[in-house]
Amino acid sequence: MIDYLAGVLLIIGAFFTLVAAVGVVRLPDLYTRMHAASKTGTVGSGVMLLAIAFHSGEFDVVTRAIAGIVFFLLTAPLAAHLLARAAYCTGVRPWPGTAPDELAGHYEQSPAQPRLTSASE
Amino acid sequence: MTPEAFLDLAIRVSLGLVCLAFFVAFVRLVRGPTLADRVLALDMLVTVGIGFIAVITVSTGYGQYLDVAIGLGLVGFLATVAFSRYILARGPRPEQRYVTPRPDQAETGVRLEGEPK
Repeated sequence: MIDYLAGVLLIIGAFFTLVAAVGVVRLPDLYTRMHAASKTGTVGSGVMLLAIAFHSGEFDVVTRAIAGIVFFLLTAPLAAHLLARAAYCTGVRPWPGTAPDELAGHYEQSPAQPRLTSASE
Repeated sequence: MTPEAFLDLAIRVSLGLVCLAFFVAFVRLVRGPTLADRVLALDMLVTVGIGFIAVITVSTGYGQYLDVAIGLGLVGFLATVAFSRYILARGPRPEQRYVTPRPDQAETGVRLEGEPK
């Protein structure tokens, strides 16, 4: 029974990983690609680690698998945010079909140190 | 179908899907016009590698491989952060203005500041 569950979870996780990779290739600009990679890829990895936890059943392996899932859930948004902010500050434009650019005019496009300027300036 | 046979089949199918995902993400690593795109593809490859290690862990039954997966995730996260700091410090590049054209727009590609849209 556990073997069935672990196998199904492995296939689901691998499928999510494949969908994330296809999204990274097919979507039009960096920000939509990041949306695919960060969320879907994390779910894929997490479900596969869950498959390890169910298949093993030993206490230490289950604990490490859960810790790994929590770690990935914590770090993926951080990495995505940092990369998106760096790309936006250095002038990577969103796809023209993107709905209003909320950050337009808030970042100085200075070569040295882009910083968030207040809206009143 | 016995549970063992189903798990064996699931491991083979998952390995196939993960290999395919690896090659697909590599396409973006080669093509993707800006450095940030390539960093994102590298992050995706790390994610796929974690999945790969997970399949091998279930296949062999050695729980120690799980530590390798967590270590790889940590290294990939730190690499992404370091690359982001580097992109920020490097400043704007003209080729980074690349914009994918909308289907209803005739002009493509590079649009510098001050150019009419």
